[in-house]
Amino acid sequence: MNERIQKLRDQSLNSKPFLTDERARLVTEAYKKYEGKVSIPVLRALVFKNIMENKAIDIQEGELIVGERGPSPHATPTYPELCCHTQEDLEIINSRKKISFAVSDEMKEYYTNEIRPFWEGKTIRDLIFNNMTGEWKHAYEAGIFTEFMEQRAPGHTVADDKIYKKGFIDFIGDIDDSLQKIDPFNDTCAFEKRQELEAMRICAQAIIRLAQRYSEKAASMVAIEQDQRRKQELLQIAEITQRVPAYAPRTFWEALQAYWFVHIGIITELNTWDSFNPGRLDQHLFPFYKKETEAGTLKDEFAKELLQCFWVKFNNQDAPPKVGVTLKESGTYTDFANINIGGLKQDGTDGVNEVSYLLLDVIDEMRLLQPSSNIQLSKKSPGIFLKRAVDIIKKGWGQPSVFNADAVVEELLRQGKDIEDARCGGTSGCVETGAFGKECYILTGYFNLVKVLEITLHNGTDPQTGKRLGIETGNVLDFTSFEQLMEAYKKQLHHFIDIKVRGNNTIEKLYALYMPSPFLSIIISDCISKGMDYNAGGARYNTSYIQGVGTGSITDSLSAIKYHVFDRKTLGMEQLLNALNSNFKGCEDVRKLLLNRTPKYGNDDSYADEIMKEVFDAYYHEVNGRKNMKGGLYRVDMLPTTCHVYFGSVTGAMPDGRLNGTPLSEGISPVQGADHDGPTAVLKSASKMDHLRTGGTLLNMKFTPQLLQDEDGLTGLMSLVRTYFKLDGHHIQFNVVDRETLLDARENPDKHRNLIVRVAGYSDYFCNLNRALQNEIIERTEHMTF
Amino acid sequence: MRKGIVFRIQRYSIHDGPGIRTAVFLKGCPLDCWWCHNPEGKGLSPVVIFHEDRCLHCGRCDGQCTSGGQYADLCPGGAREIIGQEMTVASVMEVIEKDSAFYDESGGGVTFTGGEPFMQYDFLYELLLGCRKKGIHTAIETSGYTAWSDLKEAARLTGLFLYDLKLMDNKKHIQYMGVSNELIADNLSRLATAHDNICVRIPVIPGINDDDRNIDSTCAFLKGIGLKNISILPYHNTGSYKYEQLGLDYRLSHIRSPDKKDMQRIADTFGNNGFNVYIGGSAG
Repeated sequence: MNERIQKLRDQSLNSKPFLTDERARLVTEAYKKYEGKVSIPVLRALVFKNIMENKAIDIQEGELIVGERGPSPHATPTYPELCCHTQEDLEIINSRKKISFAVSDEMKEYYTNEIRPFWEGKTIRDLIFNNMTGEWKHAYEAGIFTEFMEQRAPGHTVADDKIYKKGFIDFIGDIDDSLQKIDPFNDTCAFEKRQELEAMRICAQAIIRLAQRYSEKAASMVAIEQDQRRKQELLQIAEITQRVPAYAPRTFWEALQAYWFVHIGIITELNTWDSFNPGRLDQHLFPFYKKETEAGTLKDEFAKELLQCFWVKFNNQDAPPKVGVTLKESGTYTDFANINIGGLKQDGTDGVNEVSYLLLDVIDEMRLLQPSSNIQLSKKSPGIFLKRAVDIIKKGWGQPSVFNADAVVEELLRQGKDIEDARCGGTSGCVETGAFGKECYILTGYFNLVKVLEITLHNGTDPQTGKRLGIETGNVLDFTSFEQLMEAYKKQLHHFIDIKVRGNNTIEKLYALYMPSPFLSIIISDCISKGMDYNAGGARYNTSYIQGVGTGSITDSLSAIKYHVFDRKTLGMEQLLNALNSNFKGCEDVRKLLLNRTPKYGNDDSYADEIMKEVFDAYYHEVNGRKNMKGGLYRVDMLPTTCHVYFGSVTGAMPDGRLNGTPLSEGISPVQGADHDGPTAVLKSASKMDHLRTGGTLLNMKFTPQLLQDEDGLTGLMSLVRTYFKLDGHHIQFNVVDRETLLDARENPDKHRNLIVRVAGYSDYFCNLNRALQNEIIERTEHMTF
Repeated sequence: MRKGIVFRIQRYSIHDGPGIRTAVFLKGCPLDCWWCHNPEGKGLSPVVIFHEDRCLHCGRCDGQCTSGGQYADLCPGGAREIIGQEMTVASVMEVIEKDSAFYDESGGGVTFTGGEPFMQYDFLYELLLGCRKKGIHTAIETSGYTAWSDLKEAARLTGLFLYDLKLMDNKKHIQYMGVSNELIADNLSRLATAHDNICVRIPVIPGINDDDRNIDSTCAFLKGIGLKNISILPYHNTGSYKYEQLGLDYRLSHIRSPDKKDMQRIADTFGNNGFNVYIGGSAG
């Protein structure tokens, strides 16, 4: 890492996130001026235009890739049209211990005087809550599911290669072609299409204008720059930003800059989930890299430097401030841009190239939370590629994670995607599968599989509040078989998924009608040719996900009931319920029996694993194949982000021995500490889930550093990954840090400020996690050397 | 079906032969090494250990807290632990086969260890046969203290021998292990001609077998019988807590682990004599 990068990196790491009211001001201005006078897509485009034309722009000392979402690095905008923060919200955001953003008094005052009076009562968040039914609200408040879109917009998508092949002037050409093709006589949607395409056109021009403003800024800095080398760089920046993204990039540098403008555009237009993501960066950059290195105009060292500048840019953009349940389900500054490396080419051959290794070097040197990174490992990927990734993984900070490229393709094919679209897809966010550049794949909310059992055990009532949330499925004391209990559980599951999907369908429509994203729509096929917005079903593929949480906890809880109550009869149902209702107070022996003497998921024990399969199947059949409002279907994902902690906090003691309020198991990992037969057993258990029927599963493993200190340990790890993938596992990620270090970091955070751990689909600073999550990570089973 | 006593099955063993392996620990050992880190594997028959600190006094075991193993699987705190379980060949094979996919990928397999696996030779033989049928690579870790006829027969079914050679001086051998090393040395000489994949394992116990005299005579002996592969394992006392649980005396409490330098010195001596030396468990 050279001096320039060192400086930029330090600057990015050392500045504290803060809120800026710039965007709120520009959005409100535009709404006041245009609302009611133009169609909603055009209104949204004019909002975008107002920001692109008037936001403050700045070029930091030494940077080669330019563009910030806010006026400066870590200046984080707000999105009042989605969620208008109250005075209290702003106070909390400013002062909370974790994931805080500094909020100036001026901004608070501005919000009181200008922003809140205009937006209160008419935000998307208000619209959503006003349109939800009583039963939805009760289930939401009880923590049966979460709602992703209540303060952040759908996004969950990734760029493909089109922005490297076309400039926005070309896209305007495509938009005009599509406008031409509208049949004004017979097409009942002609008006909507015209409005949407006009909106896209305005956005395309606006992003070109933003780049030009950077070009002008760079040119104006040339005149006063003393340093000759920097002068030259500024000239080049001026030239590059004059060219991209109006025209297709010609060089490696231009390609990165073109992407970055698109990224800034998307995360400014709306606060899309998972920000945005270049996806398969090595595939996209390789043609530029090859051409230039062959011509001798690009050296590896400079290519790396550009990539490192690019990396810093991601790290400067914190996830927009979240509040309430949304903060609990995703408590992190990380905004989930997740770069894919390797995988397959469009023709099905191995995609690993020179840029793949360059990217791995950059990840290794930069050690930044953002962007997140992963390797897409296919059976065709060379061993040395995996070896290089494992060399980084063993350093312990959780990147890159490892995905099974062949399984990802199969999952996409099963969902009905074209094979080439599937191969050009990958994974984003935490672990979600998508056809990059062509699919709108929305995570709609987490679903608490364990809470549903708690409610089943109480015949439809939530014992935490005494409220009836579910349906009456019978008093479990009258049940004479485990099958009867499963039957009741499935009925409750059906009831709550119905509630969730009914709510989703409304929310989807609210976004389609009131919050289109014409800029994002430009670069996702086939929004232009369909003349339809991304949020309204314009993408080629439209998938909605509900993410199941608590696989390990629900399996072990059901296994405990089956084993102790019905099979071995070591416990009566009443005795068990009493123990749960008292949070095991006074019956530690019952809890220990449940903890220590029950077949548990994660040990390759078919007694427990068959139950996991049954629950997964039940959940899958409940969700998979339901229709969404965009012409697509519902699918399942099995991942938690930080939601297993939140869901645990609202779920009482369970038959797996878990105490009231403590975290559930995360992803498809076993309950923390329940697996005692080593990593192969965990992988075998996890592989019994049919990953190919999901759009992503998340498996966390923790290794002691000793296990990976020698060659045997590293080749062992590589074989574990390859075998898990042979068994169709979707994803695996590793923490390599010992328990003592984590315990010390929890007690002495100042000594471990830079300790990064893998949470769930992303890495985070250990000291930024709340205590419950810290404890959860400490309690994960640690696999040691034998 | 033949049964044997198994006291542990360890999946994901990566230091007992090539690749990812399952180590099957067979109970019973004719040696009595002072440094043994699996003292629970010495006797042939199962033992019940009682961990008093884990007992919740819940009474589920009907007051028979300290004896008998019939309630062990219902003891909530895990206070009773049975060491050594009678298993059929089929049930052991079932566990072994669970990780077949990992063996295939990594070039691994199963390692029979103990105790001394030849103590239950008939059982071992059937397990070897079972693995052969399933195409699973086998390794045996042995002290070599067994009848040559058994060793010879097993050699035909075994992919790799991890053969312990601890001390060349017979007097000291008897002192620290309770048996003479003549049979062990004889068997190794014969096995060297009967099998082409033998790795000699030498645990390095400071003050007992790490002296130049022992290393030199080990070199000379192994050269004489034409063996090439050696792995030296540093002594560690991580097994000492088990002695306490079993109510046994740990006779080496005063000895520390050899440091990296000592290990390297010994490795160099073997290396200079033309041996392939591995430090730690890597072998094969």
